[in-house]
Amino acid sequence: MTLDRRNFIKLLGGASTVAMAGVASVASAAVAAGSASEVMPKGKQRRVVVIGGGYGGTIAAKYVRMLDSTIEVVMIERNKQYVSCPFSNYYIGGLMKDLSPLTISYDKLAKNHGIKMVYADVTAIDPAAKTVTMGDGKTISYDRLIVSPGVDFRTEEIEGYNDQTSLLMPHAWKAGEQTILLRKQLEAMADGGNVIISMPLVPYRCPPGPYERASLIANYLKTNKPKSKVMLLDANADVVAKKPLFTKAWNTYYKDNMVYIPGKKVTKVDAATKTVTVEGIEDFKGDVVNFIPPQRAGRIAVAAGLVGPDKNWCPVDTVSFESKIHKDIHVIGDSAAAGAMPKSGYSANTEAKVCATNLVALMNGKETVDLSTLNVCYSAISDHESISVAFVYKVIDGKIAAVPNSGGISPVDFSTTQHEHIYAESWLKNILTEMST
Amino acid sequence: MMKWSKRILVSGVLAFSANAYAMPPTPEMLTFGCLGCHGGAGSAGPSMPTLANQSKEAIVDAMKKFKSGERPATVMGRVAKAYTDEEFALMGDFFSKQKFHVTSQTLKKADIKKGAELAKKNCSRCHMENGKEGKDEAPVMASQWLPYLQIQMELYSTEKRKMPEKMADKVKKLSKEELDAILTFYANVK
Ligand SMILES: Cc1cc2nc3c(=O)[nH]c(=O)nc-3n(C[C@H](O)[C@H](O)[C@H](O)COP(=O)(O)OP(=O)(O)OC[C@H]3O[C@@H](n4cnc5c(N)ncnc54)[C@H](O)[C@@H]3O)c2cc1C
Ligand code: HEC
Ligand code: HEC
Repeated sequence: MTLDRRNFIKLLGGASTVAMAGVASVASAAVAAGSASEVMPKGKQRRVVVIGGGYGGTIAAKYVRMLDSTIEVVMIERNKQYVSCPFSNYYIGGLMKDLSPLTISYDKLAKNHGIKMVYADVTAIDPAAKTVTMGDGKTISYDRLIVSPGVDFRTEEIEGYNDQTSLLMPHAWKAGEQTILLRKQLEAMADGGNVIISMPLVPYRCPPGPYERASLIANYLKTNKPKSKVMLLDANADVVAKKPLFTKAWNTYYKDNMVYIPGKKVTKVDAATKTVTVEGIEDFKGDVVNFIPPQRAGRIAVAAGLVGPDKNWCPVDTVSFESKIHKDIHVIGDSAAAGAMPKSGYSANTEAKVCATNLVALMNGKETVDLSTLNVCYSAISDHESISVAFVYKVIDGKIAAVPNSGGISPVDFSTTQHEHIYAESWLKNILTEMST
Repeated sequence: MMKWSKRILVSGVLAFSANAYAMPPTPEMLTFGCLGCHGGAGSAGPSMPTLANQSKEAIVDAMKKFKSGERPATVMGRVAKAYTDEEFALMGDFFSKQKFHVTSQTLKKADIKKGAELAKKNCSRCHMENGKEGKDEAPVMASQWLPYLQIQMELYSTEKRKMPEKMADKVKKLSKEELDAILTFYANVK
């Protein structure tokens, strides 16, 4: 029998209140002694720990508390503030003056829903002991764990990539310092300079993201540096998202400022000379190079052995997003292999809600509910036009798949692009509000 | 109920038995996915429409018209096609039970005053209680985000969205400025 506070008190039977107070402190000391490094020793209350306070983690934490307030929720996030990748291309393209519209903190969310925030880096997960270890060696135990750490970069596959590379060739694929750095480089570039964007093979975070970025950089160059060009080197054989729409935008607006070259997988970089090398032979040199490395699940998910045979993404159950490898650990967001769902913020948001719903059902021995999720991604193609892709998902033949005969991309005649641009800005406000309140 | 005890070992990886039964989507499961755009307790604006406290009839009517294509949309047409009429009813239940969401928008004072009178005269038969109620499938417009209402009025005026005949009779007699004033009045109702 584990010696927790209630058991201890029960053992003592009819102790007086004065004696009880003493007993309680003895009991908690006994618990702490069980594991010297444990912070927030778990009482009788069931506990869900969430790793990552991004698009997936915030919503999962919030919805678990909303659906069952008797469950304690601890969210562990390494940063005090979160900067949204969605709409960071606006900033890079000069359409947003600072990152404040993209930045949220966790105080209101924690207060409104009674979520316990811990600001720390999780370095290990022990699925057998059901604990997570943080950078300082302290541990926190859980009944169920939700992991939403976003992506990590497979830089070891790129020859010449080292700790300094992203300081000279920013990826800007995690928002914040990197976003600002890329913008600064674009501003500092002389008119006539060339920008290279190198993007990886699918799957990676935000399929339309690199195409949106190329469009908004071209838009910036067109008015500010008309002699400059942006060249998009796509590792894929063709445009992988919203193809007819992006192609039309490039042909219509950016013929003079943008070049799209498919089938160019960069395997080597030289940050000092701002050179990227395709398949070991063909060199491209730019004045500004935005090198977006290939990706995999967030480092902690890989370290915890949550990735599948592909070694990159985490296989999950389609009901509660529980890992197919470790019991009581759920993986959502970019790190999860969620069938046909793309790795987007909106996907992470709706996966989190399904995960929370069915995790709470499982913890309470209640019936689970069939998954219904949704993804909509807006991309700006200029300073006043946006396009979108939308799909609703359910489980078909055991896999998460788009509902047939629905969804799709915006009309190719661009009849809705201006209204979509207006709605897109409201999308950002609403989803960040949902995450932070 | 799901049983996790039936664990089996497949190719060295712990595989859990797929759950035999899960319930069909509940109103919550169906609508949680809408809230990233429409807001958890009303839209934070400035243009995505609030659905909180919208009437069930209005939600179902809108979703059916999005699905059939009768009502023009940027994104809702593509979304609505994925659901059944029964699911629309569950969504309507969910949103109609949410609390009325008061927005705070920067609006022209003169328009609010002018709009109040024009709304009373022309629109209040169906957009009742200052837009807090709607007759039949007429939506709640009180506190709705103005840019959304303006886009919808633009769609009506250009005949992309079809107006109920009796609404058209009124709307056609009003100038763009007058209509704008009416919408501003509704947006301001707390
Ligand atoms: C340029 C760009 C544009 C995009 N545009 C869109 C868009 O328009 N729409 C859209 O839907 N999506 C968009 N995305 C995709 C979106 O950003 C991601 O899909 C989304 O952030 C995934 O959510 P997540 O919860 O998996 O990870 P994240 O949102 O990245 O959150 C992960 C969090 O976990 C924390 N963390 C990670 N590891 C640890 C650890 N070990 N310990 C403690 N904390 C940890 C991180 O600090 C971070 O806060 C875009 C992405 C990019 C790069
Ligand atoms: C990507 C954002 C997005 C998502 C997700 C979304 N909507 Fe919408 N919704 C909109 C926009 C934008 C409009 C305005 C119509 C249009 O242009 O599509 C709208 C309009 C509506 C309206 C009409 C409101 C009125 O006052 O007439 C209803 C009803 C509605 N949505 C219901 C839903 C439901 C139910 C879901 C979830 C299944 C959903 N929406 C998901 C963006 C979204
Ligand atoms: C005869 C009843 C009736 C009258 C009168 C009427 N409306 Fe409507 N209105 C409706 C109905 C029904 C709908 C929803 C039906 C549809 O368009 O699909 C609606 C929808 C709207 C909408 C769209 C709201 C949304 O959420 O999408 C606007 C804006 C609107 N009306 C404005 C007005 C104005 C302004 C007037 C007065 C000049 C007016 N209406 C008079 C019945 C009426």
